[in-house]
Amino acid sequence: MASLRALGALSRVTARRYNVMSGTLCVMYSHFSVRSFVNYEVKEDVAVIRMNDPNSKVNTLSVQMQTEMTEVFNEVLANNAVQSAVLISSKPGCFIAGADINMIQACKTAEEVTKLSQEGQKMFERIENSPKPIVAAINGSCLGGGLETNLGLISSTIYRVATKSKKTVLGTPEVMLGLLPGAGGTQRLPKMVGIPGAFDMMLTGKNIRADKAKKMGLVHQLVDPLGPGLKSPEERTIEYLEEVAIQCAKDIVNKKIALTRKKGLMQKAQDYVLGIEFVRQQIYKTVTGKVMKMSKGLYPAPLKIIETVKAGLEQGPDSGYLAEAQNFGKLAMTSESNALIGLYHGQVACKKNRFGVPERPVKNLAILGAGLMGAGIAQVTVDKGINTILKDTMVDGLSRGQQQVYKGFNDKTKKKTITSFERDSILSSLTGQLDYKGFEKVDMVIEAVFEDLNIKHKVIKEVEAVISPHCIFATNTSALPIKDIAAASKRPEKVIGMHYFSPVDKMQLLEIITTDKTSKDTTASAVAVGLKQGKVIIVVGDGPGFYTTRCLAPMLAEAVRVLQEGVDPKKLDALTTGFGFPVGAATLADEVGIDVAAHVAEDLGKAFGSRFGGGNVEVLKTMVEKGFKGRKSGKGCYVYTPGLKSKDVNPDLEDLLEKYKLAANPSVSSDSDVQFRLVSRFVNEAVMCLQEGILNGPVEGDIGAVFGLGFPPCLGGPFRFVDTFGADKLVEKMRRFEHVYGNQFTPCQLLLDHAKDSNKRFHK
Amino acid sequence: MASMLMNPLRSFLFTFVFPLTLSVSVSPVQTKSKKTLAKPGVKNIVLVDGVRTPFLTSGTTYADLMPHDLARAALQGLLHRTSLPKDAVDYVIYGTVIQEVKTSNVAREASLGAGFSDKIPCHTVTMACISSNVAMTTAGMIAAGQCDAIVAGGVEFMSDVPIRHSRKMRKTMLALNRAKTLGQRLSLIGSIRMAHLTPELPAVAEFSTAETMGHSADRLAAAFGVSRLEQDEFALRSHTLAKQAQDSGLLSDVISFKVPGRDMVSKDNGIRPSSMEQLAKLKPAFIKPHGTVTAANSSFLTDGASAVLIMSEEKALAMGYKPKAYLRDFVYVSQDPKDQLLLGPTYGTPKVLERAGLTMNDIDVFEFHEAFAGQIMANLKAMDSDWFAQTYMGRKTKVGTPPMEKFNLWGGSLSLGHPFGATGCRLVTTVAHRLQKEGGQYGLVAACAAGGQLSMKVKQAYP
Repeated sequence: MASLRALGALSRVTARRYNVMSGTLCVMYSHFSVRSFVNYEVKEDVAVIRMNDPNSKVNTLSVQMQTEMTEVFNEVLANNAVQSAVLISSKPGCFIAGADINMIQACKTAEEVTKLSQEGQKMFERIENSPKPIVAAINGSCLGGGLETNLGLISSTIYRVATKSKKTVLGTPEVMLGLLPGAGGTQRLPKMVGIPGAFDMMLTGKNIRADKAKKMGLVHQLVDPLGPGLKSPEERTIEYLEEVAIQCAKDIVNKKIALTRKKGLMQKAQDYVLGIEFVRQQIYKTVTGKVMKMSKGLYPAPLKIIETVKAGLEQGPDSGYLAEAQNFGKLAMTSESNALIGLYHGQVACKKNRFGVPERPVKNLAILGAGLMGAGIAQVTVDKGINTILKDTMVDGLSRGQQQVYKGFNDKTKKKTITSFERDSILSSLTGQLDYKGFEKVDMVIEAVFEDLNIKHKVIKEVEAVISPHCIFATNTSALPIKDIAAASKRPEKVIGMHYFSPVDKMQLLEIITTDKTSKDTTASAVAVGLKQGKVIIVVGDGPGFYTTRCLAPMLAEAVRVLQEGVDPKKLDALTTGFGFPVGAATLADEVGIDVAAHVAEDLGKAFGSRFGGGNVEVLKTMVEKGFKGRKSGKGCYVYTPGLKSKDVNPDLEDLLEKYKLAANPSVSSDSDVQFRLVSRFVNEAVMCLQEGILNGPVEGDIGAVFGLGFPPCLGGPFRFVDTFGADKLVEKMRRFEHVYGNQFTPCQLLLDHAKDSNKRFHK
Repeated sequence: MASMLMNPLRSFLFTFVFPLTLSVSVSPVQTKSKKTLAKPGVKNIVLVDGVRTPFLTSGTTYADLMPHDLARAALQGLLHRTSLPKDAVDYVIYGTVIQEVKTSNVAREASLGAGFSDKIPCHTVTMACISSNVAMTTAGMIAAGQCDAIVAGGVEFMSDVPIRHSRKMRKTMLALNRAKTLGQRLSLIGSIRMAHLTPELPAVAEFSTAETMGHSADRLAAAFGVSRLEQDEFALRSHTLAKQAQDSGLLSDVISFKVPGRDMVSKDNGIRPSSMEQLAKLKPAFIKPHGTVTAANSSFLTDGASAVLIMSEEKALAMGYKPKAYLRDFVYVSQDPKDQLLLGPTYGTPKVLERAGLTMNDIDVFEFHEAFAGQIMANLKAMDSDWFAQTYMGRKTKVGTPPMEKFNLWGGSLSLGHPFGATGCRLVTTVAHRLQKEGGQYGLVAACAAGGQLSMKVKQAYP
């Protein structure tokens, strides 16, 4: 269920190691006698400066890294035998992944962070004014501070050479952590790639591949990655990059390469137009409008970025750099930044397998049911080197599913992220079939058949008759308790729940559900497969609705009640998105499917009783009877016309709601109250899941809610929300709602504990 | 430049060993090999003779011909050279890469045109730069008792290549064929836009990787640390040796060809020994600005055709021929088309030697196809590397490099030219001629082709 469209900025937060940040030069003037992070050797008259963090797989701009870098630069500048320098990383796949987030988090006040930023600005300014040409040789991720290191080196002295490797990406992802590029990035980037390009990079935080970067003017020259030679491809590629960079450095000194790029006609025209103040004002206005529309004003970082860029362009560099440092300090202290950084750490934690290495890796996997989910699971599996069987019972269904997988990869071909040959070769690992042929070789079966216990039982019996003893049976269900499904199994220790979210290729979350009988190795194997599929994983205990569905159900029940009380679906959507949900509650119900929602509401209603009440389930049931099943049927809360983005409220829904109309109680029906009615039920249920041990901890709870259900990323998840907002204040609101509606709003014990003692926090 | 059509051709390496049976007892080499490489119960297959048209830079004297014209010239040359009766062969096979759509079975068109009997079946094969190697190895039909005499050859004509209408335009034109009413026709014609008129050139890039072969060669050279200087030196060596061979009349496989409406052609025209200074002036052709592969150290686009007469030993002797060499063994290998596209010779050489029961030292004559100087140098370095052999080939030790004093002594594809489909027969004929001239016993042919494939042949000189 829970088919959320891509969330806002956060959903793009890939697991890639982008740390953020910029020049955190708390330049300590202590000298390290032996340098271990940055070293250099002089080759002819070129100083080759190599960065290599001995304690990590990636280079980060730590205090020591920056101190040593400053030292080395000073030596290089003072060395008369050196005409030019090459800056390169000795790590394959990483130039500088950014600065250590912990450095910022260690700061207690905005002023401290501002000071960090100013130190960074100063160092880069010194480098910028270096009389000796510097070539940056980039292989692998060059993000945040890494990019700024280059930008700092821009202007007249820097020349950037990058490999075309898929791992080479440039970008300024600070905005995704609620920050801004704080070491001069906001000031230098607009000069380099133009104002529109700079806004695009800084406001979306997207990663830019090397070839695109060349077109934008972020890099000057590209180098191809090499294949097998006399050394390993990775090693030799770095060597080759260094050779090319050294040659470039020499050519710059000999004036064979000009550092200033010749501007094309378009570029000149753009520069001219952007030279007009009126035009620039219009750009600020448009960009601000877009940001407000997307973020509802809930995220301060994009607005501060615009403000900072504007300060530099309109009032000169001094004001610009000052504004950057100050705004950087302010942003670092915001709860939004704190929440986003928390999610980043949580996401990293949920990309690890805490159950260890499975006994045998899954090489052959079968999926039962080629529907939307089944085909989606196949799509994220087949390109990971796993032979995948997609089985359905009907030719039509199978054909539709295979087409879905094909389309997924063909779209990538069209976007040129893979070649048509890669597409074909990936699809050669996919077998579509109607029978159980080859199941004896399969290491894991994931069933994604219709959500009906009897059908699931039938399937599990059929499958167990053909699979080998080691094979794991995973069931993709959104609400049926796994132990009920496992009841039909001869080997319950091999049965596990894998709850994917639709669309599978876009939604990052995977909720894995274990029963008392599920073996640890089965769990380890399921997590390993999920990680291969690129998922962020939470592992939860069994129970009706597990974690995610269980949190969502009361919120949707409340949403139905709100509709019954006469709130228009559009208004309901506006209230929820206004709170920070990327998708409004009514739209979400349509996306999930009204039939699924009705099914879940009924099931969980039976399991949990009146606490899951609120709206009348009959509303959903009647909608299903009339064929209003949501987006998939073309009508739900809204009417969907193919090809049209805008949607109108379903007129028949109004009549239907009229029938079930409830009188709204004005004391709990203000906009803010409606928002809190929806959110408090969600949050209370989440906390109860932790209380009951369904959840392993608040981190997984936050990640599950944000990545699976679209809980507002700026709030960091239900648990961080309780910490920030205050459990006592939340309980107070809930008591008021409880007074009107009863036990649906009764705060759970754990929440009450936190309300009583303000020192109790979910996140330290 | 070599770029355009090289891609469809991947690397094939042929090793033919031709042993000179009679000299076996005399030469110390033979005591090591102990045998003639003849296999019990298998017919000996011999190369009776081989010829080729002069290889010309495309766009020169052959410019107005068609591919089958060149192939016909080679076939006629072979008939003339061997005085072969026109009905004495059982089969004609040709290799080609860029097919002229009008003569897709170019073997048949050329054979009929050359006056061969119309009772002789012909077929055309393709396997990139080693297409004619495939044509020759199809002579296995002799060993299988299917035939006794086969003509194999190759042809490539780069002065004209099929340039197609765009897919959109083709679709419209085909729909136009099926349109029944004037209205339908007019609406189809009306749907033609400027975009329809953009033509489609033959693939410049490897289909699977979208990388041109020159680009791949440049990366390969970089991976093995082959410098620009080494490449230029090798290119210069190729041109210098080719010029010497041409001047001293060693290239006896070349026949004269009176081109209709033009002059008589009797020499390859791409051999241009130059100086290192001049070579150093050229800019990189593929990877700019820091690449090392230039127009001068790559093989160039060439027109040309070749043909060889292959028979069972008994048949050749019965017809009164004195064969030039035995065709002994061959192997095809293929690798990753992206990063090892042109490394075929490294992989194929040890395999074919093992099959033939020989070692590198037993080989007297090496003929390797020179697609790019950088590719040859990279292969030589790979063959000299224990690390490469252990890491990628599963061998304990390096393959070993062929000594340069036995290597491509009469020039190579860099200087003589490289008509893709025709090069294989040139290499094989050259080995036979060099074995005779230099008094060697075993020869090895290696060629790489697009798709990361390679063919190797071992030849044994005929006593």
